[in-house]
Amino acid sequence: MAAIQSLLVALVVVNLAYLAVTRLKTLTRITALQGVLLAATPLAIAGPHGHGLILSLAVLAIKGIGFPWLVARTLSRLEVNPVVEPYFGFNMSLLAGVGGLLFSLWLESRLPFPPGLFPPLLFPAALTSIFSGLTLVVARRKALTQVIGYLAAENGIFLLGVPLAAQGSVWLELSVLLDVFVAVFVMGIALHHINKTFESIDVGRFCSLRD
Amino acid sequence: MNAWLHILAALVLAPLIPGIINRVKARMSGRVGKPLLQTYFDLAKLTRKGLVESHTASFMLGVGPAVSLAAVCGALCLLPSPASPAPASFGGDFMLAAYCLGLSRLALILAALDTGSSFEGMGASREAAFSALAEPVLFLALLALAVDAPSLSLSGMLGQGLSGALAPERLFVPLLLFILLLTENCRIPVDDPNTHLELTMIHEVMVLDHSGPDMAMISYGAALKLWFFAAAVTLSLLPVQAMPPLAAWAAFLAGVALVAVAVGLIESSMARLRLLRVPRLLGSAGALAALSLVLTVWR
Repeated sequence: MAAIQSLLVALVVVNLAYLAVTRLKTLTRITALQGVLLAATPLAIAGPHGHGLILSLAVLAIKGIGFPWLVARTLSRLEVNPVVEPYFGFNMSLLAGVGGLLFSLWLESRLPFPPGLFPPLLFPAALTSIFSGLTLVVARRKALTQVIGYLAAENGIFLLGVPLAAQGSVWLELSVLLDVFVAVFVMGIALHHINKTFESIDVGRFCSLRD
Repeated sequence: MNAWLHILAALVLAPLIPGIINRVKARMSGRVGKPLLQTYFDLAKLTRKGLVESHTASFMLGVGPAVSLAAVCGALCLLPSPASPAPASFGGDFMLAAYCLGLSRLALILAALDTGSSFEGMGASREAAFSALAEPVLFLALLALAVDAPSLSLSGMLGQGLSGALAPERLFVPLLLFILLLTENCRIPVDDPNTHLELTMIHEVMVLDHSGPDMAMISYGAALKLWFFAAAVTLSLLPVQAMPPLAAWAAFLAGVALVAVAVGLIESSMARLRLLRVPRLLGSAGALAALSLVLTVWR
């Protein structure tokens, strides 16, 4: 029980770190860290056997190693400016993140969950992860940060599914993981095309598109 | 008696902390370094020297250092000793402690503005800006401590130790107090105490016009403030209230020394942040403090 609480607090901190980080490289490392923490959650909830172990290993391979590697590879090939460029500032984003946490704590008290389904703090941690991912998508200028934001939001949705995996939905989780893997792959290719067409991955430049 | 022992220890041992920090920094860069007691020698030398005052300055230049030192001593009186509550302890005294430190800073800022030097005015404005950002962090961290405390005084809030692995967010409070120590005492990564370029200085540029006994009061006040924060970090980590008095004192003194070593290690391994990046550091600290408070209240 103590282990899962520490993991969830660490996940909440990682979610806030997404919003405060100014370097793309650090952002990639944080994605890897969140992947590793996520891989540990099925073990902490269900123990190291059966489906939990398979899920944990798959998450470690895909979210802890695969995605960060893909993102880092794209980053090094695109040769972009290594600084995260925000539409709205880092401190404001952090405030938004804390606001998201408060909102999810409030929401948890309002929603009628079956008792004992979620360990304490799991729902707020997952929802904050979705919020900070969406904030990254909306409030940052580079297409690469939007991929990372999408990953963060997906991680939140995955976290919501972890307690249910013990009840047999582990194959569903695994198939979603595969889908996300393909999505990130496609996004990497799309980023290369964006970079080729606009000579930058600044999404602001899309405004110049015409029929 | 026991309660005043901490004040006595702080007054006597505080100048040792800058000595430890400098020794660690020197060893990390392969030098022998100044003697551990260098701050005592400096203080003795400064008190023997005469006072040089600017013609344009008013009485504030002389009053500033004395008020600053007195205010820090006042804040120290509210800090609990490892084995007993503080000499002066009442509900809400953490507010008084925070504002004693604020008063100490205000006195130095006014003295710096009083000299009429543009550099000192610039340093004063930076000091005021950063401390305004640090204050919410301090209050949020203290409130997070106050939630589970038996009383709303520093003596009740500190010395409880961390309440186990079930509440990992409590771990952030010592970390936040440590970041505040670095900010409030003008250490790297916020300010470099050794810099001599006026354009980049913050605290050191404010005290350029002070000399002799005034300067001694400022150095001594700075050492006491460093002691205050180092003691607060140690007391928020260690469950000294549950220990026998002698063990508590030993653990406390070792903790304070370790905090000084940690400051030295950080100063040797980190570069100073750009001025514009400092608000971001304090903003992140604020978010962490808010997180800690929210989770503590929520549990």
